[in-house]
Amino acid sequence: MSTANKERLIQIILAVVAFSSLLFLGLITLFLFMEGLPVFRHVGIGAFFTGTDWYPSADPPEFQILPLIVGSLAVTLVASLIAVPLGVLTAAWMTEVAPPLLRRILKPVIELLAALPSVVVGFFGMIVVAPILQNVFDADIGLNLFNAGVMLAFMSVPTICSISEDALYGVPQSLREASLALGATRWETTAGVVIPAAFSGIGTACMLGMSRSIGETMVVLMVAGGAGIIPEWIFDPVRPMPAAIAAEIAEASFRGAHYHALFAIGMVLFLFTLAFNCVAQAISMKKN
Amino acid sequence: MESQDKSRQGLPDSFGCCSLRALRQGGMFSVLRLAALLNILALLLICAFILYNGLPVISWEFLTAAPRNSMTAGGIWPCIVGTVWLALGALAIAFPLGVASAVYLNEYARRSRFSRYVRLGVNNLAGVPSIIFGLFGMSFFVITCNLGISLLAGILTLAVLTLPVIISTSEEALRQVPVGLREASYALGATRSQTIARVALPAAFPGMLTGAILGLARAAGETAVIMFTAVVFFSPQQADSLLSPVMALPYHMYVLATSGTDIDKTMPLQYGTALVLMALVLGMNLGAIILRDRLQRRR
Repeated sequence: MSTANKERLIQIILAVVAFSSLLFLGLITLFLFMEGLPVFRHVGIGAFFTGTDWYPSADPPEFQILPLIVGSLAVTLVASLIAVPLGVLTAAWMTEVAPPLLRRILKPVIELLAALPSVVVGFFGMIVVAPILQNVFDADIGLNLFNAGVMLAFMSVPTICSISEDALYGVPQSLREASLALGATRWETTAGVVIPAAFSGIGTACMLGMSRSIGETMVVLMVAGGAGIIPEWIFDPVRPMPAAIAAEIAEASFRGAHYHALFAIGMVLFLFTLAFNCVAQAISMKKN
Repeated sequence: MESQDKSRQGLPDSFGCCSLRALRQGGMFSVLRLAALLNILALLLICAFILYNGLPVISWEFLTAAPRNSMTAGGIWPCIVGTVWLALGALAIAFPLGVASAVYLNEYARRSRFSRYVRLGVNNLAGVPSIIFGLFGMSFFVITCNLGISLLAGILTLAVLTLPVIISTSEEALRQVPVGLREASYALGATRSQTIARVALPAAFPGMLTGAILGLARAAGETAVIMFTAVVFFSPQQADSLLSPVMALPYHMYVLATSGTDIDKTMPLQYGTALVLMALVLGMNLGAIILRDRLQRRR
């Protein structure tokens, strides 16, 4: 084989391999919809999304996932209310205030926080946080919406913090100097100039953090309480979508109605995370 | 960065002793400091808690024996072995695929339409929740490919999960290799593939290694993906082929904590398993961080 042909062959092989990521994404989508869509033979689309009865093992079974969707959105909301301020403020401290040495200590801490296995975080929520919620806050059940929200917050802070930090770090130094020269204090500069300038990056960070919260499985499986009801207040137990899938797939009979319903939940979850990621990408592209 | 710090030192932090604005700045900076501190506290708290309760459980027997008395005694050796096989197997598949993809994206088609789509695919694949990978692995590898609940099905699913991590770190590593090195190789008459194989890849290898370790750690700590593709809570004998199910640390941990035979009796085992898993995953991450730090300083 001539050298030119060999080079072409190598390039083609590499292109095929590079295509594999797209192929896997396509296969995931295909299988999810293939196994999920048949649920609509058992339950109407309207009832599936807006009904509030999730009784998969009753007779006859009910597959209405509104409580699960609300559960997922509720834990994500609680997590974001904690994680967004915490992550952004930490990032602002790292780029605007911290001396270099402390920044170099905090960076790996944030990365290690991101690396904690989710099952260990869930375990911590069960053993430590749940009793505290029961004893100090007088919650009926320690495993509830709030507990899951707090645990998820700590899992999404690293995402929010590191992406926000990149955005804040990228704000041109001259902007800060101009603000300081006009007599603003360093805090006024941070709040009035630097953070607004990095707003799109921070927005991306928050969307990706929320995407991580809504898709996280083990934490909500272990500490959210597992009740398939629409929560009325913050210490109610919930059953977010990933928890329902993980808890029930083993007992669902293969290609039965329940099995298809769980894949359909997977489909909905997939679309939610895809939406979060697309918004994140749109925000960051708008800037570039 | 240096100039930024210098410019800060020259600036006044306060405007007279009782200025409201200075007070507000002091107050707000304390809030920022508190936020940063909270992260450190969270990590320390979880680590200290697991370490304090788990360390007394760790013994030679705990690490090297199989579970006994319907999981209330004995050790976790089969789980350690299972986790190591799952993570290494996933890496063995994802690393070559990921590096080859990164080579194509960075060396051949940096700005083509095709590579833009591939990058978009990689980004979105990275954002897919792990439970979805689990569902996919179950319906595709376990059922459609007829692999059954097995080590191989788990390895393949985990490989798809770690692929985006490997691709993006490898691409970054290749991007860091100076163009001059490649040009020197071309000037000596080397072809493109020779330049990549002998110049670019060796220069980028340490950076790729960082990505490989991160991928390994991610695969080792993952639970939702292997739950219905690879693991069983208990198997009487050590897995002896790629097609038999395995035990794994994260799943063991989950079952012991939520539905074990006797949750109170297995409490020490839970702490011990959590400690081993955490040490394994955080250890690998710390290794990757140190490696990357060294690389950056060398540059």
